[in-house]
Amino acid sequence: MAPPTSSQSKPGRTLLLLLVLIIVMGATVALQKAFVPKFGLDLAGGTTVTLSPVLANGKTPSQESLDRAVTIIRQRVNGTGISDAQVAKSNDNIVIQIPGAGRDEALKLVSTTAELRMRQVLAVAAAKAPPVQPSTAAPAPSGSAAASPAASPGVASTAKASAAPSGNATPAGRALSKALTAPTPEPSETKRARTSGGRAAKASPSASASAAPSSSAAPEDASDPLAGQDTSGIDQALLTEFRNIDCSAKNRGQGALDDPNKQIVACSDDGSARYILDKAAVQGTEISGAQAGTDPTTGEWIVQVNFKSKGATQFADITRRITSLPAPRNQLANVLDGVVIVAPTIEEAIPGGSARISGSFTQVTATDLADQLKYGALPLKFKQSSVVSVSSTLGQDQLRGGLISGAFGLIIVMLYLLLYYRGLGLIGMASLCVAAIVTFLTVDVLSHNAGFRLSLPHIIGLVVSIGITADSFIVYFERIRDEIKEGRRTLRSAVEVAWRRARRTILVADAVMFIAAVVLYFLAVGDVAGFAFAMGLTTLIDVVVVFLFTKPLMSLAARMRFFAKGHKLSGLDAERMGRTGRAEQTLQEA
Amino acid sequence: MPGVISRLYRGDIDIDFVGKRKTWYGLSAFLLAVSILGLALHGLNLGVEFRGGSVFDFARTPGSSIEQVRETVAEAGPHQVIVQQAGPNWRVTTESLKAEEVTKVQQTVAQKYGVPESQVSSQVIGATWGGEVSQKAWIGLVVFMIAIMLYLSVAFEWRMALAAIVALMHDLVITAGVYAWSGFEVTPATMLGFLTILGYSLYDAVVVFDMIKEVTGKLGTSAKMTYTQAANNALSHTLIRSLNTSLVAILPVAAILFIGTTLLGAGTLKDLSLALFVGMVVGTYSSLCVATPILVTLKEREPKWQALAKRVHAKEVSTAKASRTVKEPVSAGSQGTTPADDKRKKR
Repeated sequence: MAPPTSSQSKPGRTLLLLLVLIIVMGATVALQKAFVPKFGLDLAGGTTVTLSPVLANGKTPSQESLDRAVTIIRQRVNGTGISDAQVAKSNDNIVIQIPGAGRDEALKLVSTTAELRMRQVLAVAAAKAPPVQPSTAAPAPSGSAAASPAASPGVASTAKASAAPSGNATPAGRALSKALTAPTPEPSETKRARTSGGRAAKASPSASASAAPSSSAAPEDASDPLAGQDTSGIDQALLTEFRNIDCSAKNRGQGALDDPNKQIVACSDDGSARYILDKAAVQGTEISGAQAGTDPTTGEWIVQVNFKSKGATQFADITRRITSLPAPRNQLANVLDGVVIVAPTIEEAIPGGSARISGSFTQVTATDLADQLKYGALPLKFKQSSVVSVSSTLGQDQLRGGLISGAFGLIIVMLYLLLYYRGLGLIGMASLCVAAIVTFLTVDVLSHNAGFRLSLPHIIGLVVSIGITADSFIVYFERIRDEIKEGRRTLRSAVEVAWRRARRTILVADAVMFIAAVVLYFLAVGDVAGFAFAMGLTTLIDVVVVFLFTKPLMSLAARMRFFAKGHKLSGLDAERMGRTGRAEQTLQEA
Repeated sequence: MPGVISRLYRGDIDIDFVGKRKTWYGLSAFLLAVSILGLALHGLNLGVEFRGGSVFDFARTPGSSIEQVRETVAEAGPHQVIVQQAGPNWRVTTESLKAEEVTKVQQTVAQKYGVPESQVSSQVIGATWGGEVSQKAWIGLVVFMIAIMLYLSVAFEWRMALAAIVALMHDLVITAGVYAWSGFEVTPATMLGFLTILGYSLYDAVVVFDMIKEVTGKLGTSAKMTYTQAANNALSHTLIRSLNTSLVAILPVAAILFIGTTLLGAGTLKDLSLALFVGMVVGTYSSLCVATPILVTLKEREPKWQALAKRVHAKEVSTAKASRTVKEPVSAGSQGTTPADDKRKKR
């Protein structure tokens, strides 16, 4: 009668397929020893901040600038020592999730819009004072040893000293030296890169070099990072601050708002060096553009910076003034978010409102720097739309409530299925159990491998979906009962014919739910999106379970006497369903 | 098993959903009018998430009263202090506070009631945030409806799509009306509930329409049943299925509602499940008494079905004249394949 389908002929195989699927996921969970999904902050406790861009009415922010903002905020948050925070884009908003309590300081700095400022470097030293030990143990690796003897005269020689190691440092690491020149490429200059760049991640050798000379020159003052440097014109308080600051600490002042009219102490953004910087010479707002590109002659990556008219004048002035000064005072630090992102040496006076920064850039670092120069700190202005902090106890309460109602809902639905459909209800119950297992495994695997965090809206979505999943069984069961009531088929063929009809209904209905979930997931924000995700996930799982479990199981059950003979408790009892006499005959014949 | 339940179980029940559609339209129109009136008069009681403000949650210590908590929080600075009992917790709502003010309230509460400061949950929602949330939801709703219209038009036909969407809006308006009249707070969680209703309302309608499509698909030009009668048969036939699916869908929601109310008091769970509960009850009604009647009204305008209706009607009259003694209604004499027929013949 019914054309054989693969699931009809081999229900066992289909079941096996599902079993393999479950075992694979189960094995993943077991291997990762991840038996509990990771929870969102509304369940685990923590603070969630939603930042919305403030824009002139009607405008939407570009995705590029949002991505940029996410990166910067992530850096800031991580900079405070919170490593488990999440910063993510959600539509046009940025959502920051900080687990645990009492993270006020992190909240403050996430939405500040800092500005780029160019400041002359007055003094520079390694991130923190080297341990006070015999001078020979000075940590400086290569060049500093050669530099130290010459160090005594003071600043001028220090300049040379710090120049030497950065050249030598290349083998030791990736010392990035930056030089700032007028745009006309002069090959000789790029090669003559002389200074330790603030950005230099592994530039510490050169930075410590400037500290090292002093230690050999004046052993009693071994720990003073300022020894041997010209401190004229620097505020006394700043000198003290400079001596005390520890730039290797995680919190090194990122996000601090610096007063452009004051001298400041700042760290390099990687924490390898500390600086004393003069008042701001040029404000970031005076930069009209910055691009990363390659030097046509050398092929090296460079960053090209252009200034607006006022900025061009200011920049020409400051470069003219400091280019002839001894290092480090011929460096112009770019301060952003309270840290020095780059401090190139001024190779020459640069008039004309256009400059280029060269050094050992890669494409990534060059683009990064260009973006920072262009956008300042945050490319957009943000306001805190919502700040939600959930205590760990409230989170636990919510989790417990969600889980209890889930279990409760599952049990009620199972009982109902059992009471109403009897034997068929058992199949429905088994299917629900399988759906629950697959859902748990999926959520667990996703949370440990794809950054998914189970939150309350998810749990609610999952619980509500119990109904959707059970609905599919009901549609199928009712179809089977219809077929039997019509009485022209054996149970075996009824199961197959009913399946072909029910399958369409189930797929259309599930498609509707899935469309709802997808639309909401992509268009809604916050809780609604989470809820939609759970709904979409369970709709998919529903299809998988009905196709790979309920149907094959039903096919197998149809072979059992209990169901095939329409036992009173099978839920297929012909008399109770009010089948016509004609039909009854057919079934008995079968 | 005697009575209605037994007949329901067998799918042997015959309610004239479609024939009485004027009654249903009247009832729905009345409900809609009342809902819209409620929305106009009372509006929705928007939660702090939409209005903007600050909310604090902390464990209720024995001996603390609403009055006390209100005074304590007011001492810390906020002006509009509302204290509610939420399960084992106090929930305090104030105007939107700044970060320092939030900390101050937390400290004050922590001191006074011996709760660790870290265990005082807080929420600060900017005044425009709720607007953005609901704006996004509206956009989502419109896009969703268009997507569903398109999908159902392809899977079924545009009339079914239109009927389903009308039923859906019907559900939303009435649910909103219930909220307006009852004064239940509308929170983002409530919105989740509304949105789920959309899914369910459609799920139900799809199951019914699928059956109608199957049954009416068999109606040829020589059929002895009008579209209306066939649709009604299909509806009666799927009634048990509709009720079952709806009941099964409502059960877990009722569980959430129960747990949400008893264990947690206020909060996401309760808000959501309340909306779902109300919406699903309305949704079950509408898929039976609104969606299908509208579909039938639309379909009967098609020339094909009009012609059929005329023919069947003419026959009905003549048969009635010819055999006044036969009690059996004419519609029973249609094709033998319709399940509904078997049922009728049996009587």
